[in-house]
Amino acid sequence: MYDAKKIVPGILIFVVLFTFPLWSNMGKAAPAPKPELPKTEKVCVMDTAYMKTEHMVLLNQWRDLVVRDANRLWVGPDGKEHFMSLQNSCMKCHSSKVKFCDQCHNYAGVKPYCWQCHIEPKENM
Amino acid sequence: MEKDRREFLKIGGISVLGLSALPVFQALAQEKGPRYKPDPKALKGAQWAMIVDMKKCWEQQDKRQCRDCILACHKIHNVPDIPDQKREIKWIWLEEYKHAFPDQAHEYAPEKVKENPFMLLCNHCSNPPCVRVCPTKATFKRKPDGIVMMDFHRCIGCRYCMAGCPYGARSFNWGDPRPYLKPEDINMTYPTRRKGVVEKCTFCYERIDEGLQPACVEACKVKALIFGDITNPNSEVRKILSGHYSLRRKIELGTGPNVYYLI
Ligand code: SF4
Ligand code: SF4
Repeated sequence: MYDAKKIVPGILIFVVLFTFPLWSNMGKAAPAPKPELPKTEKVCVMDTAYMKTEHMVLLNQWRDLVVRDANRLWVGPDGKEHFMSLQNSCMKCHSSKVKFCDQCHNYAGVKPYCWQCHIEPKENM
Repeated sequence: MEKDRREFLKIGGISVLGLSALPVFQALAQEKGPRYKPDPKALKGAQWAMIVDMKKCWEQQDKRQCRDCILACHKIHNVPDIPDQKREIKWIWLEEYKHAFPDQAHEYAPEKVKENPFMLLCNHCSNPPCVRVCPTKATFKRKPDGIVMMDFHRCIGCRYCMAGCPYGARSFNWGDPRPYLKPEDINMTYPTRRKGVVEKCTFCYERIDEGLQPACVEACKVKALIFGDITNPNSEVRKILSGHYSLRRKIELGTGPNVYYLI
């Protein structure tokens, strides 16, 4: 093989650099997100399993129900009525975006654009 | 033979349809009543309208430079105060007679009318051109009460509505509006807008849906702004209109504006 002296180390360097993210993070799994739950309330507007996976669908549904169809009240699984509003309901219980929303969103690397218009609660930490 | 096969396919088709509809029926059967509803306190009307009594308004403007309605509206809705006229955002604003009523203004009108500014806002037109041109239905006429709504979530910033509106009622966010809001003045219960969306007066749908009068109407101390259902002959607006001669802006365009002016 011509130039084996150059090619073999070159390939080695390439493989090492290419797999750098793999071995440099080895054994250091990112900690699972721990969103802080509100202390005042026990039940959300839907059950926890649904909220975990489908809250974005629900928020879109709320948006249309409120803005387009003039609805304001949501009946939860326990029959309790909730005011449909991200700023005025969700964030009243989940009063810290950093400790709740951002926990999973940062972990999953998603950046919802809700907050370009909706105002997040003031973080008093 | 031929007939049998047809029957078979028909029955098969109907069964498949029935099966695929099963989850829907199950979901419906589980519903214990509606999951959502309007606030029972919500104000009800078939077409909201506003009267602006300029005589009362001018008295206050003379006395104390009154801007109460503008300040209340813009504060409650987080409308930014942008000094650059080309980028300013306004939901309710003052305008000279000759610009507000270019079709009827003439130089021999009373001094008072010629010299004092009129209070303008979206007319929540009965036949709104802005709604016809919006490609995403971000702006739409609410069927039950005629409010010309803005669904900011859907606005793509094409500004067709601004070209369509003959009243200049719409403003465009050329940049992020937040730097122009004083942090201490921000209303935490209402959103702001973002770069690239159009905004305007919404007749305070968020307040009407909770049983409150529009913010500007509530803020005016001399009752120069009167809000009500124009289709209801017993409403205050109808009573006032039947007793006074009133003006509307650019009615010849056929937009059917629902803001009336008394002078
Ligand atoms: S005044 Fe302009 S923005 Fe308001 S409904 Fe009429 S056309 Fe649309
Ligand atoms: S009705 Fe509401 S949104 Fe419209 S000008 Fe008055 S306060 Fe502003």
